[in-house]
Amino acid sequence: MKYIDEYRDGRLAKDIARQIAALADPARSYHFMEFCGGHTHAISRYGLEDLLPANVRMIHGPGCPVCVLPIGRIDAAIALAMRPEITLCTYGDLMRVPGSNGSSLLKAKAAGADIRMVYSTLDALRIAEAELEREVVFFAIGFETTTPPTALALKAAIAKGLGNFSIFCNHVLTPPAIQNILESPDVRKLGTIKIDGFVGPAHVSTVIGTEPYEFFAGEFQKPVVVAGFEPLDVIQAILMLVRQVNDGRHEVENQYIRGVTALGNEKAQAEVANFFELRESFEWRGLGEVPYGALRLRPKYVAYDAEKRFSMVTPAAKDNPACECGAILRGVKRPADCKLFGTVCTLDTPMGSCMVSSEGACAAHWTYGRFREKARQVDGGRAVA
Amino acid sequence: MCLAIPVQVKEVLPDNMAKVTLDGVSKIVSTALIDDLRPGDYLLLHVGYALAKIDPQEAERTLALIREAAAMGDAA
Repeated sequence: MKYIDEYRDGRLAKDIARQIAALADPARSYHFMEFCGGHTHAISRYGLEDLLPANVRMIHGPGCPVCVLPIGRIDAAIALAMRPEITLCTYGDLMRVPGSNGSSLLKAKAAGADIRMVYSTLDALRIAEAELEREVVFFAIGFETTTPPTALALKAAIAKGLGNFSIFCNHVLTPPAIQNILESPDVRKLGTIKIDGFVGPAHVSTVIGTEPYEFFAGEFQKPVVVAGFEPLDVIQAILMLVRQVNDGRHEVENQYIRGVTALGNEKAQAEVANFFELRESFEWRGLGEVPYGALRLRPKYVAYDAEKRFSMVTPAAKDNPACECGAILRGVKRPADCKLFGTVCTLDTPMGSCMVSSEGACAAHWTYGRFREKARQVDGGRAVA
Repeated sequence: MCLAIPVQVKEVLPDNMAKVTLDGVSKIVSTALIDDLRPGDYLLLHVGYALAKIDPQEAERTLALIREAAAMGDAA
């Protein structure tokens, strides 16, 4: 498959890992956070951690929009979907995310709620057009990558005069979350995360460009390498980060030059800006309130804003107290550190959001990493180079 | 969630839509966010919408850099 297979060459990956091992200063350690769940998945799936020398470690960040959605928003969506006039459309990832008291959209659907899994906002629009007597609400979620499709759906709904289509907006933003990881009081208090640089998500940057990360590189003196999601992309980005740290540089570099420019897709940005504005604050699971960390519909589109149109309330809801998703999303703990991991919390019975989404740190570790970690321990912690 | 996949444009359709394929699987997608589309172009597809074009020259340059880094690792 063009532009996929050629970036999955295991032999090249091993050679680059040797180059990383040769460049990494044995007297120091390197801690890089991959922000995006897509990278977490790639790192686990292709065993990239095993290729790295022991002093180069990856920290799995919070960048999975499903994982960071607070439980109260799921409860609010379930309550809405239970109303008889509502058809709730959403992406598949959200269906199994646990709400309060063991609820989920999947269970609400089984209980009779009209909840439809869609692949695209185009499908949700088609449902609204075909079933004019229903109130079709799109449960919108995702980072900057997924926001333009929501904006275009709204644009089309308005153009078609579809009065029965609205959006429950949960779109979140990458740069404020990275800033929160670096400077929130909670994280400072925990004080255990050492981050020497970030692997930035390429697909987000196809839309926003690499430019928004310049601020971190300058303000926090952390290098950022925007990287693709194939294994060679990720390992090349790690090599680029090691070089920056060794040189004492903190720049934004672009590994994904085949799809990302400094300014991104300005057409997409304009569509998003037409329909959305910043929320002053939005709760992220694991990070707490993130200032300017999410979007809402502009007031002039209030008729399409499900939160307003159906007077939705987001109940305060607590996560399972034993679930360590919060600490795992911040990079403070690893999946295996959670008491629930692999006991009551598995892919079939996820307790927390990190186990639900295939891009969650726990799901990735459960699927690809748990036996590897044992082997590593038996091996005395020696990295395979 | 935010992952996109590379697909190739087979046919440019009216209303900012296009027929694309990935490994033989065809799909009709929105290209409202992409300018100057031609059959044969590669696009990054995410939830039914193309987000960016893949630049073949830059893709080749990335592979060249990866091979170069790998060759240095090989010598290490």
